[in-house]
Amino acid sequence: MIDLILQLAPAWAEAHAPALIIVLPLLAGPISAFLPGSGRIAWIMTMVVTALCTLLSIILLAQVRSVEGGAVISYAMGGWAPPYGIEFRIDALNVLVLMLVSFIAFLTSIFGWPTIRAEINEEKRAMFFGAFQVCFMGLLGVAATGDAFNLFVFLELSSIATYVLVALGSGRDRRALPAAINYLLMGTIGASFYVVGVGFLYAATGTLNMADLAIQLQDTSGNRAVQVGFAFILVGLGLKAAMFPLHQWLPNAYTYSPSFVTAFLAATATKVAIYALVRFLFSVFSLEFIFEGASLALILTPMGIAAMLACSFQAIFQTDVRRTLAYSSVAQVGYMLLGISLGTAAGVSAGMFHLVNHALMKGALFMAVAGVVLTYQGTRIHDFAGLGRSAPWTMTAFAIAALSLIGVPLTAGFQSKFALVSALLASGWWWAALIVVFSSVLAVVYMGRILQAVFFKPPNNPQKRQKEAPMLLLGPLWVLALANLWIGINGNFVVGLANDAAQALFIGGVR
Amino acid sequence: MNALIASINPGLVLILAGLLAGLTPIQRVRQGLALGAPVLALFMLLAAPRDIDIATMGMLGFDMVLYRVDSLSFIFGLAFLIAALINAVYALHNDSRLEDSMAMSYMGAAVAACFCGDFISLFVFWELTAVTSVFLIFKSGTRAAYKAGMRYLGLHVLSGVLLLFGGMQIYFDTGDMSIRALELGDPGVLLVFLAFGIKAGFPFLHTWLADAYPKATVTGTVVLSAFTTKLAIYALARTFAGEQSLIWIGAIMTVYPVFFAVVENDLRKVLSFSLNNQLGFMVCAIGVGTPLALNGAAAHAFCHIMYKSLLFMSMGAVLYRTGTAKATELGGLYRTMPWTTLFCLIGAASISAFPLFSGFVSKSLTMSAVAGIGALIPWLMLLFASAGVLEHSGIKIPYFAFFGHDSGKRPKEAPFNMLLAMGAAAFICIGVGLPAFLPGFGFDWLYNILPYADDPYTMKYEPYTGDHILTQMQLLVLAMFAFAVLQRIGAYPPEKRGIILDTDIIWRRVGYGFAKWSGTIWTKVGPAMTGLFGTLTGRAFSRLEAAFSPRGTLAKGGLFDGMAVWTVVLLGLALMIAFFVR
Repeated sequence: MIDLILQLAPAWAEAHAPALIIVLPLLAGPISAFLPGSGRIAWIMTMVVTALCTLLSIILLAQVRSVEGGAVISYAMGGWAPPYGIEFRIDALNVLVLMLVSFIAFLTSIFGWPTIRAEINEEKRAMFFGAFQVCFMGLLGVAATGDAFNLFVFLELSSIATYVLVALGSGRDRRALPAAINYLLMGTIGASFYVVGVGFLYAATGTLNMADLAIQLQDTSGNRAVQVGFAFILVGLGLKAAMFPLHQWLPNAYTYSPSFVTAFLAATATKVAIYALVRFLFSVFSLEFIFEGASLALILTPMGIAAMLACSFQAIFQTDVRRTLAYSSVAQVGYMLLGISLGTAAGVSAGMFHLVNHALMKGALFMAVAGVVLTYQGTRIHDFAGLGRSAPWTMTAFAIAALSLIGVPLTAGFQSKFALVSALLASGWWWAALIVVFSSVLAVVYMGRILQAVFFKPPNNPQKRQKEAPMLLLGPLWVLALANLWIGINGNFVVGLANDAAQALFIGGVR
Repeated sequence: MNALIASINPGLVLILAGLLAGLTPIQRVRQGLALGAPVLALFMLLAAPRDIDIATMGMLGFDMVLYRVDSLSFIFGLAFLIAALINAVYALHNDSRLEDSMAMSYMGAAVAACFCGDFISLFVFWELTAVTSVFLIFKSGTRAAYKAGMRYLGLHVLSGVLLLFGGMQIYFDTGDMSIRALELGDPGVLLVFLAFGIKAGFPFLHTWLADAYPKATVTGTVVLSAFTTKLAIYALARTFAGEQSLIWIGAIMTVYPVFFAVVENDLRKVLSFSLNNQLGFMVCAIGVGTPLALNGAAAHAFCHIMYKSLLFMSMGAVLYRTGTAKATELGGLYRTMPWTTLFCLIGAASISAFPLFSGFVSKSLTMSAVAGIGALIPWLMLLFASAGVLEHSGIKIPYFAFFGHDSGKRPKEAPFNMLLAMGAAAFICIGVGLPAFLPGFGFDWLYNILPYADDPYTMKYEPYTGDHILTQMQLLVLAMFAFAVLQRIGAYPPEKRGIILDTDIIWRRVGYGFAKWSGTIWTKVGPAMTGLFGTLTGRAFSRLEAAFSPRGTLAKGGLFDGMAVWTVVLLGLALMIAFFVR
């Protein structure tokens, strides 16, 4: 398979894939923002760009996987050699993230057109797609770059585009505006913290290249500037990743932004921030630095567990489906942080595995909700009553993803929770494993409420015939739902990727 | 191709048929699936080689054994598949896509679980039995059924989670995931024991059984009665054979349901209590753990599946035709339902262990095994329970449904497919119970497929000896005679008649007194407990809501209410840790 891809791909694509995957949406975004018409052309352009980026990410994946244990591709931007020039550095860890982001972006852009037509004013649609592509490009850039300051630039690019996208939800619900401004302020604080942290590191080492930073930081133990830099970076990226208790921008942003944006952000934005966090914790800082005195565990573990419990409880008491799912997202971030905070290869692998699976299930759940918004214009749990009968295809996919979120056997969610529990038990953290199981029971409750309304309650308004969502929406939705089942039955492919990603951090990789 | 088919766990055939049935709107096709799948699975099982890992799979770094047949799993799988076929015939008149599909998947999951070789795959099918079977309870559509179904689901999902957790703990302690004989002691093993205990209806973990089974649909109860608990018995026999505590657990399980069954009015609930009591015999035999005892447990499970299904089927037919299964509302049905009456009597005779019926040849093994290790008190408890079985299942069930006072009801005979299914089960009950006139005939056939069929003591074991028959007939005839006399003089209200005259009069007094006393206490304390529980949960709920709801404390964290502050707090925390903790 890998050989086949490498044979088919043209040589220029293989040589320049790390740059092309960024440059393509960077150029196409502004162009599509000024395309005429009702936005249809901009939409088609978005689909083409995201499809091409998905292909590029597959080529990158094949290149990385062509070597046993994962190759490292270093690409010097503009021919300026690292560590002075900006370096793009692709290894087994971030190729996984690149592929996830571009694949989800491709699926959401297919499914997005009907919902955008319903939710966004005609004159704003082209602009919307432009902003989406910039956001997409920023996320890819964060994942691909090997330069700490360049990461900040991409982070801000994607964030600013995201604020615009969230605010465009005001056509449907005016509360999108305060949600966007809140997100903007919080996101800016987070990004500032990050850049301050990078500043401290630069002051201590004189370099911004991550690989070089890792080498320079090796003999700076006890340096106060490095420690302060670490604290700032942890909090800054933690905020972007919606680490408890810095998650409070997320529920409103997910609830009030356009359906399309919610589906995309829920599956990608926090995931990329978690990737950046993992990159800094394990590649840039040394394991000894992070785990000496278990200092990392002292922050990440309690925050992860608090998220798993508090946000699951919060999800139980919500009346709005999108809000329930948003709180559940924060709780799931808790699982990932818990896996990462173990500091073992198995833990990081489980965290990355859950990251991928969570993107697939939350993407599917929010897509199904988008279908309901489209045909019924309601997102309260009450509005979902009886939809199992009137929209069986949408709701069956929703149910599959919900079961996966709960962690029912034969779904992706079970596999990654299982991997997480095994990793916890292997380190002797049985109490944390028990909390994982308990928090899954909470997930049964909050998803069960919705499923009960969908399948067991009579429709609110039997006269009003509700329709199935359009095919354009059902297709991507079912791709994600089936992906959940496929990984649940045979997860070896994704487990292999996650294991390679974790291995890349623990042996070799950047260092 | 043949090799591929031979390497598929027969349970998966049923699960697949269940999935297809769920997608098929045509009733005829579903009927074909329901009948065809068990037959195909039976052939696959009979053709399967023994004692090797037929199908394995590597997942998440574990070696999973998906299909492995040995003499213990064979008899349970065989009994399950026969029951699946009989149940399919019994439910042929049903036109419910959901129920057909769920029943098939449920039976398939139970069969598949029998042939798993490791804890992970056992867990998967274990949970599948819970999730699919609950729909058979929901389907009857009443509010009470829904609530009982939720309680049932909760306990069974908990059982699955305990099993998974315990299995993984065992794996990390020993590096071995396979299902094998375990010693109680490690926390992981305890969790597995508890998981099995919930499904097997151990004392205090048994409440779901009599709660949920009577509330399921007519056909649903029949399906439920055969699989879940016997799967747990199989799992216990595989892992905890010879665990001494099981002798006592089993003995207690045989005794206490007798009291409840005596005073219960709903005949399907009486059968559920009696089911719990029968499980006690098997658990006790597993606790004894000798080859003879394990043979007894397996034989008892096989026969039990048949006669319990038969009894539930006959009560189901009554419920189907009259709309009630309450003793007080039934009576005199033999006039218009003669075949159902006959089959019910055969089931009753089997469960009461009359000679020439299946219960006699299976229960004798267990009783002899318990006597064989000299456990006198458990043996007496089992004897008492045997008499109790005769009272509530052997006499009470047929008497109050088909004879007794005439209720005036004149329902039609049960539908032909129900009669056919009952006839098949009755045939097995008698066929297995007959003396072995020829080798391989009657009980000899059953003894030949037992897990330790080549055990010398079992090979020589002969249930039809003079003293066996004499003892059993003394017990039975005396009880029946007493019942007849009491009936004639009409001295006692129905529920008190025919109680255990063969053992000891004190037992009777104490037993009934205890049942009455506990009933009174329950009616007095029950509402108070419910009220207290309601207040406590209500308070906890409002606390939780105050903290977590959309208007709650935690949700107030907008920008100015603290989120920006939290960043500073967390930064301070991170700094402090970076500075001081090392």
